[in-house]
Amino acid sequence: MRETETVAEARRQMEICNACRYCEGYCAVFPAMAMRRAFSAGDLAHLANLCHGCKGCYHACQYAPPHPFGVNIPATFATLRHESYAQHAWPPAMGRLFERNGTVVTAVTVLAVTLVLLLTMALQDPAVLYTAQTGTGAFFRVIPYWLMVGMAGLSFGWGLFAMGMGAWRYWRATAPGAGLPPASLGAAAEAAGDILTLRNLGGGGHGCNDLDDRFGMTKRWLHHAMFYGFLLCFAATTAGAIYHHVFGWKSPHAFLSLPVQLGTWGGVGLMVGTAGLIWLKTVTDPGPVAKRLLGGEYAMLGLLFLIAATGLLLLALRHTGAMGVMLALHLGFVLAFFLLLPYSKMVHGAYRGLALLRNARERRAGRG
Amino acid sequence: MDFERVWDVLVVGGGNAALCAAISARRAGASVVLAEHAPRAMRGGNSRHTRNLRALHRAPTDVLTESYLEEEYWDDLLRVTGGRTDEALARMTIRASEHAPGFLRECGVVFQPSLSGTLSLSRTNAFFLGGGKALVNALYRTAERLGITILYDTEVQHIALEDGFAREAIVAWRGFPRRIRFKAVVASAGGFQANREWLRRYWGDAADRFQIRGTPYAQGRVLRNLLDQGVQEVGDPTQFHAVANDARAPMEDGGLAMRLDCVPFSIVVNRNCERFYDEGEDVWPKRYAIWGRLIAQQPESRAFAITDSTALTDYLPSVFPPVRAGTIRELAGALGLDPDRLERVVADYNAAVRPGAFHPTKLDECRTEGLTPPKSHWARRIETPPFIGHPLAPGITFTFLGVKVNARARVMMQDGKPSANLFASGEIMAGNILGQGYLAGFGMTIGTVFGRIAGEEAARHARN
Repeated sequence: MRETETVAEARRQMEICNACRYCEGYCAVFPAMAMRRAFSAGDLAHLANLCHGCKGCYHACQYAPPHPFGVNIPATFATLRHESYAQHAWPPAMGRLFERNGTVVTAVTVLAVTLVLLLTMALQDPAVLYTAQTGTGAFFRVIPYWLMVGMAGLSFGWGLFAMGMGAWRYWRATAPGAGLPPASLGAAAEAAGDILTLRNLGGGGHGCNDLDDRFGMTKRWLHHAMFYGFLLCFAATTAGAIYHHVFGWKSPHAFLSLPVQLGTWGGVGLMVGTAGLIWLKTVTDPGPVAKRLLGGEYAMLGLLFLIAATGLLLLALRHTGAMGVMLALHLGFVLAFFLLLPYSKMVHGAYRGLALLRNARERRAGRG
Repeated sequence: MDFERVWDVLVVGGGNAALCAAISARRAGASVVLAEHAPRAMRGGNSRHTRNLRALHRAPTDVLTESYLEEEYWDDLLRVTGGRTDEALARMTIRASEHAPGFLRECGVVFQPSLSGTLSLSRTNAFFLGGGKALVNALYRTAERLGITILYDTEVQHIALEDGFAREAIVAWRGFPRRIRFKAVVASAGGFQANREWLRRYWGDAADRFQIRGTPYAQGRVLRNLLDQGVQEVGDPTQFHAVANDARAPMEDGGLAMRLDCVPFSIVVNRNCERFYDEGEDVWPKRYAIWGRLIAQQPESRAFAITDSTALTDYLPSVFPPVRAGTIRELAGALGLDPDRLERVVADYNAAVRPGAFHPTKLDECRTEGLTPPKSHWARRIETPPFIGHPLAPGITFTFLGVKVNARARVMMQDGKPSANLFASGEIMAGNILGQGYLAGFGMTIGTVFGRIAGEEAARHARN
């Protein structure tokens, strides 16, 4: 991690926090901070990615603005996290995509949707976009099977690979000097538990300051709806693929079939979660928010919402003439999502997971 | 805001004691208006900087370990005050402290078990999750929910007293003069520690070099106003609670993180490179409160903790990085001290250090022999570069002067009669119980206990 102004500012604030320590009960960041006396740029990137943005420390801070010390850990760490995404992106030149991320996400989405629509019209009879298609293989009459699988496989594979490379670069750059035991199963299980429960948005049992200085669980539940909705959608796709390749059952599947059920409930969760999180961002106390990053966050939440919405509309309209357009739109959004995986807010999942894993190892090593 | 209305209760101040009084009065059925001098973002007085409250408990609770009973609590208080306390009021406060955490919890305050860097107080003190500002946030939220009218940026400048009866209050409300009428009033407006002119009366120019650790709004205006109108005073007006602060801290509102815990692991010299007190007299939690005054009495109210790299991890890190140097001479230069003298004082000290087993948190065997003043514990040679220096200044927490109250929180007049409708809670009356010294978390206990009494009594008076 390079020394930047944000790194220096995060260090200044952490040195105040480390002499104060009032916030030790909120989340994993402060006990992890207390294990250190000096903060390298890598340490700070690690702590920033460990921060879940619960804002408890901001509302409790005697040094928060308008105090001259101006301690604002949630906003500073959000900015630092963002810098860490940009610095460790792979290939490195692509890190620039984080600069105006809202614009990038929106532009890629528009281009991907346009591309899918144009390809569909170029490769098939444009009329498929407007006429009802029914029966086995209906979807593939709109978008050929080879194209759907080929583009999805390539874009998703690329997205995962580039994100993995970025995460690997981050992991190495934030590695502490020495002394940690190798990653154990126990530490991995602990980190997985932290991810699946969002324990760090719990604020010691009372929730986080998601709206203002009140404690609440709204953000945690909305993120759960989005996260588990996303996993269900992923499971739906996987189940569909198994149906296709293992059992030879071709889509569209019946409403009560496993892929459709998983996808439907996943889509509902994803819509509720993303819409709720967008709403939360518009009404929350702006004090601890890094406003510069909001564009990218809104854009990614919006994209996820559109994927879910078009997926559900596709289900509802699949027997009508609107199916073709809806399928193209849905797959366009999905393509955009895959392409944007390594260059958007989505990378926070990998970085946060690694930070939680490092934290679990540090806790187990019992340093401090 | 309706300034024509006659309120049941006016609460003057915006910290924990004021909020406990306001909430208790409102729950007892009174209409309540609270006047806080600070703007919303800086509300809460010194409570904003606090962290815990000392509570009697018979058995372990979710946030307090073992037990802490009346006699031990009383002994602790007696020891720190050297007897300058009112036993009846003190014992009443101690007994009522058992219910203080429960009351605060009902008001939305969240407690946590203590973890690190807390002077090992988990047995006697309940810690607020996130500290005092989180407590203040919860109390204001509760006050708003109960329908208490809260006025920020509102300084109470005068409470008109006639024969012990409070008629009305004159306030500056967002810069405009206004009058607030009420049936009863609770004064919870703190001490005068942020009023340098007042401090200068007792301390002369040295007062300009004292750092005010907490809120700059503790100007003592209400305290002065009441004392000038025949209210009986308690507490030594010249005395204050002060700790060793970083000399580079802001002059006001630097808060807790400015304190330095390095003294027992250092030698401390003044501007003339003279040691002036046994740095290792006792464990730091028992001694940290005397060092502010010790430093205040030194030339230019400054001192310098000198140690070396071996001690660096024995105390909590400082906000401002220590001054480091390869030699004692260079360190003296960096701190603005005379290099020859500092070298001599370190050499004399090193020669007097006796070997022994070092233990940072216990009274260990490491001491000096034949040195004046001695260093009784944690004395190790200062010889491993880089050498470390922390400049120290006195950081004032609160003043001891206050108004006299009775057990019903009624303010006492100089003629020995209680006021008809003037009550007090918090720092403004803490001197009744805490005549000198300090027990960690006891200020918040007094504030909570007397806030509740004052609020209930004021409401009772207003409804009769």
